[in-house]
Amino acid sequence: MSELNVENRAGAAPFVTRPRRAAYTDIVFAIIGFAILAALPFLFDSKALLDFVIRCSAFGLFATSLNLLVGYTGLISFGHGMFFGLGAYGFGLLMQRANVSIPLAMVCTLAITAVAAVVIGAICVRLKEIYFAFVTLAFQMLIHSVILSWQSLTGGDQGLRGGIKRPVFWGIDLTNHVQLYIFSCALLVIGLLLMRQIAQSPFGYTLRMIRDNATRASFIGINVWRAKLTVFVLAALFASVGGMIMSLFVSGAYPEFAYWTISGEGIFINMLGGVTTFLGPMVGTVLLLILNDTATRLTEHYGIVLGVVILFFALGLRKGLMDFAVDWYRAWRDKAKEQS
Amino acid sequence: MLEVQHISKSFGGVKATDDVTLDFATGSLTAVIGPNGAGKSTFFNLITGALKPDTGRILLDGIDMAGRSPPDIVRHGIGRAFQVASIFPSLTVSETMLAAVGADQRRAGVMYRRFPLAETRERADYVIELLGLANKRNRVASALSHGDQKLLDIALALVLEPKVLLLDEPTAGMGTEERWRMIEKVHELWVREKITVVFIEHDMDIVFKIAPSIVVLCYGRILATGTPDEIRKNPAVIEAYLGTDEHAGAL
Repeated sequence: MSELNVENRAGAAPFVTRPRRAAYTDIVFAIIGFAILAALPFLFDSKALLDFVIRCSAFGLFATSLNLLVGYTGLISFGHGMFFGLGAYGFGLLMQRANVSIPLAMVCTLAITAVAAVVIGAICVRLKEIYFAFVTLAFQMLIHSVILSWQSLTGGDQGLRGGIKRPVFWGIDLTNHVQLYIFSCALLVIGLLLMRQIAQSPFGYTLRMIRDNATRASFIGINVWRAKLTVFVLAALFASVGGMIMSLFVSGAYPEFAYWTISGEGIFINMLGGVTTFLGPMVGTVLLLILNDTATRLTEHYGIVLGVVILFFALGLRKGLMDFAVDWYRAWRDKAKEQS
Repeated sequence: MLEVQHISKSFGGVKATDDVTLDFATGSLTAVIGPNGAGKSTFFNLITGALKPDTGRILLDGIDMAGRSPPDIVRHGIGRAFQVASIFPSLTVSETMLAAVGADQRRAGVMYRRFPLAETRERADYVIELLGLANKRNRVASALSHGDQKLLDIALALVLEPKVLLLDEPTAGMGTEERWRMIEKVHELWVREKITVVFIEHDMDIVFKIAPSIVVLCYGRILATGTPDEIRKNPAVIEAYLGTDEHAGAL
């Protein structure tokens, strides 16, 4: 009798067999993905397309790293954009002022981001849901106002102007648009691979346990605070790489990169694409940027269009596009299995 | 050997646990009974670190656990299950067990390898079999029946190979028949795993049948300790707790 209740309560799929792919399968997928992206400039002679993919790389890394917090750990950060901004400004400033090579500037920016994330994370991750969201938001605002007011360093509301030097390194010349494009794609693919590995590692399952039931996790011996801080810092690093790509792309950095709306867009992207699949945020990024570009071209009431879309996803589908697709696929597969 | 020495805990002016001293011999099976609000759950929360005692010591094999964090206490060998099954709703039974074994082996932070780790399989399978969850291993925890969720909660505690297992009402919310099945399972675990088990239970039939020793709590104090026979004959217990018609039948 209890069996019957179980079937009803669970809905369509009480049995979930989740195939776990080995690491090399992901690597094969990544290589195929990179090959397709790398072939685009030779197939289409469109600068706009390459620009679009570069922006997708920057925001895709940012949004996917946010999903490590939101989807995998249950930490809803409204301030994740601060690390995107920190990446853009840190990298831009190092390139403009310190006269270092691009790889060194990237490594230094990552180090700065890590320090900032450890300090901010140590304060935030102890807080419960809504307080965590608001305190992360507060830090975002703080960093944004520091950028605005520290004019001598950051250029205030004008941003970092005058362009970023791009000295050739390892034979790579980022002043060449196609090379910049390939470089961004490579960072995206490597970043996604690393995050995928984190998500599918024992640590990734520790995060899922914390998301589901942090109390229980601590009663099986998990140091919840340390795990949350670790993922907070890791996510910050990937967001920072996104910011660096953006800085290279626009050849500077602007206060909007560190404004809270960037964090909002990250959450929006995750809602659009869905948080239950690894690539959901990536799909969301592509959707948002397409939406962004078309809406701004067609109308000046861009906010209304986005608002309607977000309402459709939040109230209509009640999940992201990838979640919807996966559910639909599972239902279809179960039906096919039943018939055969 | 778990020795609780003079522990107290107050909430505002209310003494939820008042100078409790108890010994749980290694390999013993003890039932904790007492009316609602007697401080049974608080007593468990103090031992497991969910609450910090105001005073007193909790010695596990001579090491003081009082005031330590839950993960720390768990690692010393005190596992617990909860009154309301505390599980990971979105993970399957086997994922839950594999992840928990990984945590026990201090591999919860490993990032460079894929889940599940080969070295966690044996222990996870053993506990799944032990609790009789083998045919449900691929089910998501939220889709399990109430009784199976309680078993999964106990399985989580057992994964850690605890010296002491604390079960907060393992039969809560179950029908009579299911209760007996559950308590037989607990008894079987105690026999097979040779661990110290302490459980909270309301059903007097079960307590008197299963538990070799019983602790009666009332208003945060120990009212009596002893074998089922001693407890049945204890005038203070009859007066304070078992004196009602409902429970007189059980005696």
